[in-house]
Amino acid sequence: MHSVVCIKQVPDSAQIRVHPVTNTIMRQGVPAIINPYDLFALEEALRLKDKHGGRVTVITMGPPQAEAALRKALSYGADEIILVTDKAFAGADTLATSFALASAIRKIHESHPVTLVFTGKQTIDGDTAQVGPGIATRMELQLLTYVSRINELDEAAGRITVERRAEGGVQLLKTALPCLVTMLEGTNEMRRGNLPDQLRAARHELTRWDRVAAGIEDVTKIGLKGSPTVVNKVFTPSPRAEKAEMVTVASGRPADLAIELIARLGQRFPVVEAELARRAA
Amino acid sequence: MSNDAPVKKKRKFELDPRLATYKGVWVFIEHERGQVHPVSWELLGEGRKLADMLGVELAGVVLAAPGDDGQRFCHDAFAYGADLCYLMESPTLKDYRNDPFTRGMTELVNTYQPEVLLLGATTQGRDLAGSVATTLLTGLTADCTSLTIDMDNRSLAATRPTFGGSLLCTIVTLNYRPQMATVRPRVMAMPERQEGRGGTIIEHPLAMAEESIITKVLDYIPDDSRDKPQLPFADIIVSGGKGLAKQENFQLVWDLARVLGAEVGASRPVVQAGWAELDRQVGQSGKTVRPKLYIAAGISGAIQHRVGMEGADCIIAINNDPNAPIFDFAHYGIVGDALQILPALTEAFRQKLATTRRAG
Repeated sequence: MHSVVCIKQVPDSAQIRVHPVTNTIMRQGVPAIINPYDLFALEEALRLKDKHGGRVTVITMGPPQAEAALRKALSYGADEIILVTDKAFAGADTLATSFALASAIRKIHESHPVTLVFTGKQTIDGDTAQVGPGIATRMELQLLTYVSRINELDEAAGRITVERRAEGGVQLLKTALPCLVTMLEGTNEMRRGNLPDQLRAARHELTRWDRVAAGIEDVTKIGLKGSPTVVNKVFTPSPRAEKAEMVTVASGRPADLAIELIARLGQRFPVVEAELARRAA
Repeated sequence: MSNDAPVKKKRKFELDPRLATYKGVWVFIEHERGQVHPVSWELLGEGRKLADMLGVELAGVVLAAPGDDGQRFCHDAFAYGADLCYLMESPTLKDYRNDPFTRGMTELVNTYQPEVLLLGATTQGRDLAGSVATTLLTGLTADCTSLTIDMDNRSLAATRPTFGGSLLCTIVTLNYRPQMATVRPRVMAMPERQEGRGGTIIEHPLAMAEESIITKVLDYIPDDSRDKPQLPFADIIVSGGKGLAKQENFQLVWDLARVLGAEVGASRPVVQAGWAELDRQVGQSGKTVRPKLYIAAGISGAIQHRVGMEGADCIIAINNDPNAPIFDFAHYGIVGDALQILPALTEAFRQKLATTRRAG
């Protein structure tokens, strides 16, 4: 049993601010965290290891500082961490990212055959949910997205059954190993790292792979060159042409304010007035 | 991720002649258990505009099991604006599975060569879009909030929120076809249905045997919809934010919602604090809503929230900070304590509805 978990180091988006003048992201002082959705993937892989034995390898493609995210993953109990990092990866969109990660996972597979590849359902910075399906397609693995539960895993028979969130319901799917699973949020809770694992995480030698070590020869498939999408413009949303019509009344009493608001609402928004009439009927 | 790519200066661009033959705007008609997901009709409405700008036809793509559903969905697609539909029928397309749907869609794209392909950003649409774009080695932009055509080079300019909604970016896919994008439900307006509007159905077979498909659907358990909030399709929503100060006060949002027969929404901090369930979160990391009336109490209007609710016809904002960003885009603003205004609104709406009832 060998799971490879793909994680991404992301800025904590709740704390991101946009510079008021330059319209650029102010990253300074914003803490970098493991993409929260990836933690559900990592925990699921660790649980499978608890139950079936084997190993968990955590991999990320990113800049050198992503090492911190990998060490954090190790402190939760992962066995191996690999940082796939190279200037040639810069500017990668989801297509180029999935190519690089799929190549690296194939490389891992050569020394330790892979049973399952895990990712979170999406990241909180890009929010695309495209890299998981991209890796599965590149590696010709069966793809199970938005998985809420692994019901059964029989490694000897090469079989897995899962529950997958579909539109309006839950699909119960059976497929063959190896396969790629993207995990839904709220499906488990990340364990606390124990002291031995935390000590190990601090001392553990990080495996760093550049493009060549990750088995990538064709540089036209990675980084900016391998990215069909191009960002043309980045901007902050402009305020509406008109600001809100402020509702005030001389008395300042909430009851009067409410009556005034409802009166004005009916005149300016017949669609709302009609909806209210429908509800009154 | 797409949004990490550096910004390039706009330049005159010549499309590879082999790709210039790609023509037409396609919309994937997503369905589950005999029902088309409304996002497909919303996308046809948007696709119509793009097709008209490009001067090309708008097509629906229906992948279904043999039976009446496929034909029915095509005719529905015509009513929502499609000029033609590609219909692929096979027993392997009975339930959504990545493998046969990816195979079917890529075969249709390679045969009929559309320049734009739109899918809903649903669990099904995202699963399929990621695999199809990778198989075709083309660009895919997720969760777009607006789509237009850059007429200088006929390219699809897809705008999407990035960094959790803090910024918007416009993404193009230049020398690749089709140009693919996903859009969340309720982001685009629902087009008006035109009964009797017809179109051409182009049938195309899928040569795929069930035995060759590794993933099997063992069961499908539909959600009990009565238990779940149906925020994206609610006509009136009352939402509460951290300005309500404490969990007990969130009851005031429920009180107003009950009088109005409205759904209850919440901002992310409120959900994180556990005052409301995850299904009620409105915004970039929650639901996109499109009600006729949206009442925001104690919500400052951070961009993450705004991208999820600015499609509302009418937005009423209550906040004690006159400089709260929500007043920059709401239609009505009341500067005041939501804890006092909410009960007053509840009472005023109760009377208003009672008066209307008597008059009716």
